[in-house]
Amino acid sequence: MNNRIKNCFSKAKSEGRGAFVAYLTMGFPTIEASERAAEEAIANGADILELGVPFSDPFADGGVIRSAAYEALKNGVTLSDVIALAERLRTKHPETGLVLFSYYNPVFSMGLDAFARAVADAGIDAVLVVDLPLEERDELLSRLRPYGVGFVPLIAPNTPLERVKESEDGIGDSFLYVITVKGTTGERTELPPDLAKRLDAIRAVAHLPIAAGFGISTRAQADEVSRHADGFIVGSALVKCVAEGRPPCLN
Amino acid sequence: MKTHYGNYGGQYVAETLMAPLKELETAYEAAKTDPSFRREFEELLHDYVGRESPLTCARRLSEHLGGATILLKREDLNHTGAHKVNNTIGQALLAKRMGKRRLIAETGAGMHGVATATVAALFGMPCEVYMGAVDVERQAPNVERMKLLGAKVHAVSEGSATLKDAMNEALRDWVSNCDDTFYVIGTVAGPAPYPEMVRDFQSVIGREARRQCLEKYGRLPDEAIACVGGGSNAIGLFAGFIDDAAVRLVGVEAGGKGLATGEHAASINGGRLGVLHGAKTMLLQTDDGNVIDTYSVSAGLDYPGVGPEHCHLHDTGRAEYAVINDDEAVAAFEALCRFEGIIPALESSHALAEAIKRAPKLGKDKLLLVNLSGRGDKDMENIMRYKAAHPYSSRA
Repeated sequence: MNNRIKNCFSKAKSEGRGAFVAYLTMGFPTIEASERAAEEAIANGADILELGVPFSDPFADGGVIRSAAYEALKNGVTLSDVIALAERLRTKHPETGLVLFSYYNPVFSMGLDAFARAVADAGIDAVLVVDLPLEERDELLSRLRPYGVGFVPLIAPNTPLERVKESEDGIGDSFLYVITVKGTTGERTELPPDLAKRLDAIRAVAHLPIAAGFGISTRAQADEVSRHADGFIVGSALVKCVAEGRPPCLN
Repeated sequence: MKTHYGNYGGQYVAETLMAPLKELETAYEAAKTDPSFRREFEELLHDYVGRESPLTCARRLSEHLGGATILLKREDLNHTGAHKVNNTIGQALLAKRMGKRRLIAETGAGMHGVATATVAALFGMPCEVYMGAVDVERQAPNVERMKLLGAKVHAVSEGSATLKDAMNEALRDWVSNCDDTFYVIGTVAGPAPYPEMVRDFQSVIGREARRQCLEKYGRLPDEAIACVGGGSNAIGLFAGFIDDAAVRLVGVEAGGKGLATGEHAASINGGRLGVLHGAKTMLLQTDDGNVIDTYSVSAGLDYPGVGPEHCHLHDTGRAEYAVINDDEAVAAFEALCRFEGIIPALESSHALAEAIKRAPKLGKDKLLLVNLSGRGDKDMENIMRYKAAHPYSSRA
């Protein structure tokens, strides 16, 4: 088992900054272009990449990521394509953390054993499944564990602290994805006023690094969040860059 | 509370919805055993919905078929014209009890949307309904009804622009507004506790039908037949007979243009195990796990998943699930109009078509109970369009 995710956070910490976690929808606008965008995100300072798997029913996502997913699906991009892309990135970037980010059905449909083997073979460090809460995740975790693949849990604004602790159990090399607002993914001009307090409270009980996401689109927001978290996640803002034909970066 | 049915069900939702689901679970558990909640629910079903709904013998149709006697449970005679209102009254009462001030709903054919808009007006709550743009088009009268009742209707034009996409959008609304908003799900799908809660509210159908059948015929029906989209009217009917091992339970899925064409909405007969909208269920999906666009002449059955309890009843063999294609459903629709003077919903016509298939093969002493889950006024335009496209399809 490697500790690549842990190392990414340690490295950022030693440099006095929060780890930059970059989400990109894979296959958008094409597989090749999304692979290029991933390379550019790494060049622009991303420590960890979240590789988004397009799904037909993205009910937790805002407009930007949904449009990207539909476009990728139109191109016939599948979970297997995204895993293959991850494997190519892994060869070229031995240090970058790679997290596969998906809804559960594509994963379940592949077969949990086959999925665990495939992500491990590709050199993916951890898996995040949007619709797989604590109550339902054991069937997947028990498959990932033998391969040393981690699982990234979501922590919502209404997740009790007791549950935060439970969420850390048995998830391997990972971090906690702290959702900043109740809602879907997407840029927001202002982050909630009590966010700093909430992040501090979570960090006080967590053993793993915590990264905050949803609504972060500017460098200023990222810096602000990094004072209270070990890292920050940017998604829609980067996908928007890709949609506009620009390299994904923070403004 | 029960969250799984065998391999099916569960709570496959984003973390932000776990707290509201637990809140709902707790509130429902308390309400269920509270006599004042039950009393208020039953009073509204009686005084407002007009229950109990009659059990009608389809005499001329049965004679014409020359076999078993077909009995119709007349949910079409409920206020708002379908079984959906049984559930929306229950959920709106619960919303009030929980101090939620706003109702949201998804709708396919529009019947659940109308039933939600109706109770929202009754309780003085704002209501927003999500409906696929394709359905807004083909069920225009129901859109107007919802607006008249004071609801805001959002046409959802992404994805396949049908019921599943409407449900995605309702979930997005709920995740953003869960503090003050109650999500009224219209069927026995979705995450726990919805499948159980909706079943409980709809079980009045089966309880009444069982008693009515015993009173009038001195015996139970041989078969209880209902259409299955998400499956709420079927589970409501089945609930009354689940412990009566001698009563065959028959769900009827929408075969659309035929299972072999791939253009259908028969999740149990044509799908494979998957996860959608919070539940593990039989799902119409591609090899790589994306959800397939479904097809049926009836918008209310046009859903790629199905209630988890149905999947379990299918596995255990307690219920069987048949498939009726568009043409058979339309023929049954016309038959009921002409033989009985009843215009059924196209959804319910699927159940009726299965009874029409079975009746001639059975003796005259047999009773087939069909859940006539809704009336067909909303389908006039659809039927006209279908008949124009299939001029030789009439068999009645």
